[in-house]
Amino acid sequence: MLEVKGLTKRFGGNVAVKSVDYSVQQGKINAIIGPNGAGKSTFFNLITGVHEPTEGTIIYKNQEITRQPANVIAKLGVARTFQSTHLFEMSTVKDNVIVGHRLRTKSNLFDSIFRTKRLKEEEQQCIAKAEESLDFVGLSHVSDQLVTNISQEEKKRVAFALALATDPEIVFLDEPTAGVNPDETDEMANLIQKMSDKGLTICLIEHKMPMIMRLAHHIMVLNYGEKIAEGTPAEIQKNEEVIKAYLGGTVSA
Amino acid sequence: MELLLQQLFNGLTIGSVYALVALGLTLVYGILHIPNFAHGALYMVGGYITLIMMTEAGLHYILAMVVSICVVGLLSVLMERLVFYPLRHSPPIQDKVAAIGILLFLEALAQFIWGADYRQMSTPFGQVVEVFGLTLTLQRILIVFAAIAVMILLYWFLKKTFTGSTIIAMAQNREGAQLVGINTHKVAILTFFIAGALAAIGASLTSPINLVFPGMGHLVILKAFVIIIIGGMGSIPGAILGGYILGFTESLGATYLSADYKDIIAFVLLILILSIKPQGIFSKGGV
Amino acid sequence: MNILTNKKVIISLLIVLGIVFPFIIPNLYYLHIMTLAFIWTIAVYGLNLLAGYTGYLSLAHGGFFAIGAYVIGILTVKLEMGFWLSFLLAPLVTMFIGLIIGLFALRTKEHFFAIYTLCVGYIIYLVIDKWEGLTGGVRGLIGIPLPEAIGPISFQSPTAQYYLAFIIFLLVVAVIYRIVHSLTGRTFVAIRNSEDLALSLGISTKRNKLLAFVLSTFFAGLAGAMYAGFIRFIGPEIAYTTITFDLLTYMIVGGIGTFAGPIVGTFLIVIISQNLQFLQDYRMLIFGPLLTLLIIFSPRGIVGFIQMQLYQRKRKKQESLAYKNREEETNAGG
Ligand SMILES: Nc1ncnc2c1ncn2[C@@H]1O[C@H](COP(=O)(O)OP(=O)(O)OP(=O)(O)O)[C@@H](O)[C@H]1O
Ligand SMILES: [Mg+2]
Repeated sequence: MLEVKGLTKRFGGNVAVKSVDYSVQQGKINAIIGPNGAGKSTFFNLITGVHEPTEGTIIYKNQEITRQPANVIAKLGVARTFQSTHLFEMSTVKDNVIVGHRLRTKSNLFDSIFRTKRLKEEEQQCIAKAEESLDFVGLSHVSDQLVTNISQEEKKRVAFALALATDPEIVFLDEPTAGVNPDETDEMANLIQKMSDKGLTICLIEHKMPMIMRLAHHIMVLNYGEKIAEGTPAEIQKNEEVIKAYLGGTVSA
Repeated sequence: MELLLQQLFNGLTIGSVYALVALGLTLVYGILHIPNFAHGALYMVGGYITLIMMTEAGLHYILAMVVSICVVGLLSVLMERLVFYPLRHSPPIQDKVAAIGILLFLEALAQFIWGADYRQMSTPFGQVVEVFGLTLTLQRILIVFAAIAVMILLYWFLKKTFTGSTIIAMAQNREGAQLVGINTHKVAILTFFIAGALAAIGASLTSPINLVFPGMGHLVILKAFVIIIIGGMGSIPGAILGGYILGFTESLGATYLSADYKDIIAFVLLILILSIKPQGIFSKGGV
Repeated sequence: MNILTNKKVIISLLIVLGIVFPFIIPNLYYLHIMTLAFIWTIAVYGLNLLAGYTGYLSLAHGGFFAIGAYVIGILTVKLEMGFWLSFLLAPLVTMFIGLIIGLFALRTKEHFFAIYTLCVGYIIYLVIDKWEGLTGGVRGLIGIPLPEAIGPISFQSPTAQYYLAFIIFLLVVAVIYRIVHSLTGRTFVAIRNSEDLALSLGISTKRNKLLAFVLSTFFAGLAGAMYAGFIRFIGPEIAYTTITFDLLTYMIVGGIGTFAGPIVGTFLIVIISQNLQFLQDYRMLIFGPLLTLLIIFSPRGIVGFIQMQLYQRKRKKQESLAYKNREEETNAGG
């Protein structure tokens, strides 16, 4: 459903992503792994429109989206989370998530000032969506807390809820369990599985191998910006080059 | 021709002062990524301290300038410790506001202590000399040479001494500097001291040919910002070059375009540059 | 207790206070000060919309205030247009100039934006100061007419002018309330919070930033026009950075990014300044450090501080309530 061809990104002299061909399998959990600085986040940034690719094309549902701005791509049903969360700490969890559905609404300044019927309806719609998403990620009980008072893992879940509130078809998750303890990591994995079961296509960057091996249907390995391997978890675990890239064996660790 | 030469020399004089002020601003920006809006107030205080030391304490101009360098340097360090340090992890809007608060305070303070009048500073270097058929005051020659000497000294300090090189290291890579054991607090303090000292030197040099008053820092600091954006935020050669470019442009603009609008030149320049290149001329990154 | 923190009660009380003020304190000087405070508050609301809610600190705000004032000044004094038509045009023209400047200024971010707008402010000041033919230069514009009477209502008396400013003030507050408490306001806050995140949520940051910028210049222009109509004389000093920094101080002290902040900050400082008359020129001796201290210790000003206290109290109450319930349960169970 999403396909990239010859995707390349240069930052000055530094090539962060080097002519990568890749296609995301619909309805599956697709994982991208690679050592630090391999270009994984940059790869996500290119697809989701945060950065413009130097070369290559990105096709989503038979439509070229290369060089489209991030907000346009989001409207097409591509959602993402960031490696670090950017929530507004001094506001409640629910207030943070409500704006997630904004892109599906049409109210403008006029509607806001005159509180038109459309605005009221759409506001209700956004609130309902936020509640639904928070419920889905299991955070209903903290929805009235300030973000600053919830745990790191809960913040990650809020970021998921925000992405879900956009009504996406495909979700890109950049290291969703970074800075989360092992028990909670398992729960996050369950959540990702639950999202997949709901019919969402998932594309996931992770360093935690056991989790990847358990969750992913398909794995791509990046190293120094290049795709060095691709396949099922079992295939990747055996791949010589991948093991070399990870300096001997941490893949199966 | 003679007018042109005269204007070029004027440009050199103004440019020297701009470069000194911009250097301080760019050093602080390079190390801490703070656009220090209060830098102009330091400049103003520098002018006053020199003036007061001469008129009230009867010190010689040069000696007064030394006192001024120390006082403003320490004031600058105090600012870092009391304000910018506590705000180091805050959103960027906050340190700007804090700096503006300091600026407003120092200006009001200067006005409170020394009054709002425009005051003249005398100089032992008032003589007029003829060089290459140009009539120049010794003070203007002093400005140019002193500024250049200070810049060379600064350059030597940053490049050839260990302490200086820690500043450069931290400007280039903050985390890296911390990792190799550089004491970032010390570097920040030192940088603020140097920035304050440079502002004091600039103000003390130029005051005898301009005037001393509470608002004397306004235009200078704005122009210094323009300079470091032209020269690349954090770049030392950029600040020097930018200072002289602006100095020349202004003095030529005043003569050949419009004296009324000469102050606008810098701002129009900046607006043009940032409208075309929103991240400054020498911004890195491939976006 | 409850009655003191109830929003509706407070708002109604304040409105009543505003209405009866000229009767309680029939002092022309205080009336003048209050009228000015209404005007400043409107300008501060504009600044707050952009800096507080959208995260872009504009230092050209005083400049736009001056543009509003000068548009009405030029239209009425030089072109001899009627007051009301000029008054209508002033914020619109300011907004239009804001739109053009915003298109370029908003390509920059953070400190570049602050420096850019500071320079824009300076250019506005220099143009007003130097363009004698249009603006009267340093002499300024004298003799801006009073608003023409609307039917039986004339605006000759200071009391009438007070009520006019008060009504516009209430309208502005209502409009701002609706903007910030709607999807539009939420969109602005999302941008302040993180532009990357906002973009990834499908928000057009470009359009919304421009909207916030243009709105902020609209309110600056409106306040400027009201100021010119009220004081009836304007000079280039109203375009100087002092005004921008005053407005900034009102906003920070009241609480940047809070709804009540602009009112609280402006009225508090204006009233304090009046009572410290001897300080006039030196008021920044107090407000400068106050600005710096507040931003360090209570970045969201007085209103933000109170909000936090109320929130924490509520939380504690809930916690102790939850604790009590648990106790009772275990007691009942045991
Ligand atoms: N905006 C940018 N400007 C310049 N260089 C960048 C930028 N973003 C990333 N890079 C560079 O691109 C390379 C790849 O970085 P990227 O963040 O994509 O790696 P990553 O695989 O996500 O690493 P990690 O596992 O640590 O998150 C790095 O060398 C990085 O320095
Ligand atoms: Mg990454």
